[in-house]
Amino acid sequence: MTSTFLPDKRTGPGAGAPPPAADRPTGRTRRRALHWLTAAGFQLPALVLFLGLVLLPMLFALYAAFFRWGGFGMPSDYIGGENFTRLFQDDVFLGDLWRCLVLVVLSLAFQLPFALAMAVLLNQRMRGRAVYRMLFFAPYVLSEAITGILFGMIFAPDDGFADQVLGRIGLDGLGGEWFADPSTVMATVFLVMTWKYFGFHMMLYLAGLQAVPRELTEAALIDGASAWQRFRNVTLPLLAPTLRISVFLAVIGSIQLFDLVWVTTAGGPDHHSETMAVTMFQYGFKRYQVGYASAISVVMFGISLVFALAYQRFVLRRDLEGATTTMRGDGK
Amino acid sequence: MGDPALSRRGFLAASAATGLGMTALTACGGDSDGGASGTTTIEWWNISTTEPSKTVWAALARKFEAQNPKVKVKIVQLENDAYKSKMTALTASGKLPDIFHTWGGGVLKQQVDAGLVENLTDRTKPWGDALLPVAREPYLFDDQAYGIPFDIGMIGFWYNKALFQKAGIAGPPTTWDGFLDAVRKLKAAKVTPLALAGKEKWPGMYYWAYLAMRTAGAEALQKAYDDRDFTGTPFVEAGEHLKELVALQPFQKGFLGAAYSSPTGQAAAVGNGKAAMELMGQWAPTVQADAGKGLGKDLGFFPFPAVEGGKGAIAEVFGGGGGHALRRGAPQEAVDFLKFFASEATDLELVKKTGVLPVVPAAESAIADPNIKAVQAQLKAATGFQLYLDQAYAPAVGQEVNDSVAALIAGSKSPGQVAQSITKTAKEEQ
Repeated sequence: MTSTFLPDKRTGPGAGAPPPAADRPTGRTRRRALHWLTAAGFQLPALVLFLGLVLLPMLFALYAAFFRWGGFGMPSDYIGGENFTRLFQDDVFLGDLWRCLVLVVLSLAFQLPFALAMAVLLNQRMRGRAVYRMLFFAPYVLSEAITGILFGMIFAPDDGFADQVLGRIGLDGLGGEWFADPSTVMATVFLVMTWKYFGFHMMLYLAGLQAVPRELTEAALIDGASAWQRFRNVTLPLLAPTLRISVFLAVIGSIQLFDLVWVTTAGGPDHHSETMAVTMFQYGFKRYQVGYASAISVVMFGISLVFALAYQRFVLRRDLEGATTTMRGDGK
Repeated sequence: MGDPALSRRGFLAASAATGLGMTALTACGGDSDGGASGTTTIEWWNISTTEPSKTVWAALARKFEAQNPKVKVKIVQLENDAYKSKMTALTASGKLPDIFHTWGGGVLKQQVDAGLVENLTDRTKPWGDALLPVAREPYLFDDQAYGIPFDIGMIGFWYNKALFQKAGIAGPPTTWDGFLDAVRKLKAAKVTPLALAGKEKWPGMYYWAYLAMRTAGAEALQKAYDDRDFTGTPFVEAGEHLKELVALQPFQKGFLGAAYSSPTGQAAAVGNGKAAMELMGQWAPTVQADAGKGLGKDLGFFPFPAVEGGKGAIAEVFGGGGGHALRRGAPQEAVDFLKFFASEATDLELVKKTGVLPVVPAAESAIADPNIKAVQAQLKAATGFQLYLDQAYAPAVGQEVNDSVAALIAGSKSPGQVAQSITKTAKEEQ
């Protein structure tokens, strides 16, 4: 379907805008108008759904963020930017921002390198390679809620699997209160996140590694490059586009983290594992301060948007060259 | 995998769409067709979606219909949280069902102030006045009755008699100092004195609320809310007393992350004999047996102790129950139904089959469990009453109490800061 439109769209110099009708009142214009009509007809249902279920609610949340509103009826108590000033004076929300940053840094410093190491390892010829790949990817298939319940039981103080096992092998000192201790809760949450998501990043890297031509590594080998040099100077640069995408996904994932935290700790103890999404949920659906919750969601959206645009503009630029996301197709 | 930004947007959309959806709900109100001739249909909205109540209640409606051939009872059952949201929407639209479930307190007061609820004071004489006084309390405003109870309960300490004996504690403490002594003795006997679900916050709030009732008096919590001022000395003292308890480290290991009814939670810790006490409502024995083994004969109940020098008394209770209210202008048949539902025969059936506490004094004989009898005795002798804060206060204020008290227990807020945080949120709400 699309292939019939794309050449059309790109032929004329004024691509995008329909040509002036007075120019050539030929069959071609009529045919083109028909094409546009057909395209519009096919797009309409999706467009209506997108507008009604995505765009309008988003704009409404932006609107509601300027009101003191309990979530029922229409917002009427306009308070200007008060929700936002309150937000940036709220210790819990400032803490959310800090914890978000901590998670991003931890993900980039530990989770992704670990996933990369596993991918390189499992790219070797070895017995049972497929089994290992499947095992490491399996946690990703599990829902976040199930993961949360599972680890809530594993990390239950004393009675949980983790403390029991550590106790049996004489490492009681390493056990503790996990989710229940303000000083260890973030590390525990990160541990569970890594368990759940490293397999996904590993799969991305494995796919990327498949695309690295063997001739290049062989040539480097003949030139006398060590294993580390072959990895550092041949494999890694060729894997860079995959790495950039995986970093992007990890950062966005950290910004929007909700399910896992909600199920394991509900943000506690005493807000020590709360994320922006959890705070938003608390205010929106527990306290019914929907205006304030909307302000939180607007800030979350803003952070995601700024990051996504900046990342695409400065980091993904080369990878996206010629892709459809650039405007007007000239991609600078 | 899909586009993660999309789920991000979906989440945003959901947060705003809920608001829109609820607005849309207001369109469907509860109309009753007051058939001039023939049968009258009355709509009955309740939250008994679980067995055995669901079947028992439906059977009661059929029984009422059999006794009143010209009346049809249409039952609408909604799950607890769904019911709360739907009722908020209906209240905004100004149309309530003929008969609807209510917990009384602040929410019912709002509906009364909006002129949506029938005043039942005269229409339920004399049978309404004969019900258990403490059960009627949540539905009384200026001595006018706006609801009729069918259940009542309260919070108190549930304790393990065997563990108390092991620690050499003579009997349940009646003063706060005595209670702290008992905690020390249990600690000395290497028994975890208290189980607490820190993750869920509301069980911790019970301690502060009760202490505030004991230091400031039974009326003080409602008055402080009405005045939007919780900074009075007794409230700070309540926090200080709670701090004294927390300083003894009385809770189970990892209590800050513990849930209430999970297999590793508060109820299970008591039910499995790992902790000696919990502060919980009359439903505690059931949950202890469900999440853990249950204590059987070793389980005992005692009311929250009095605080020396406080204005409150040990006979004042913190609790709540369930009741029914009528929309303004509801037909006489709806009042008849309330009378039928509050009759001795019905209450006996409810107590026996659904495990609620009796509101008709004559139905007391149906209680078999000695602990529930103790709760009932305490309720009957109550000299003051405070409704659960999440029903008495606006949601934001109730949540702030939970949150601030949790911070006090975790050691990050002082008693004075707790009082100030709650006051600040209460002021914002109006």
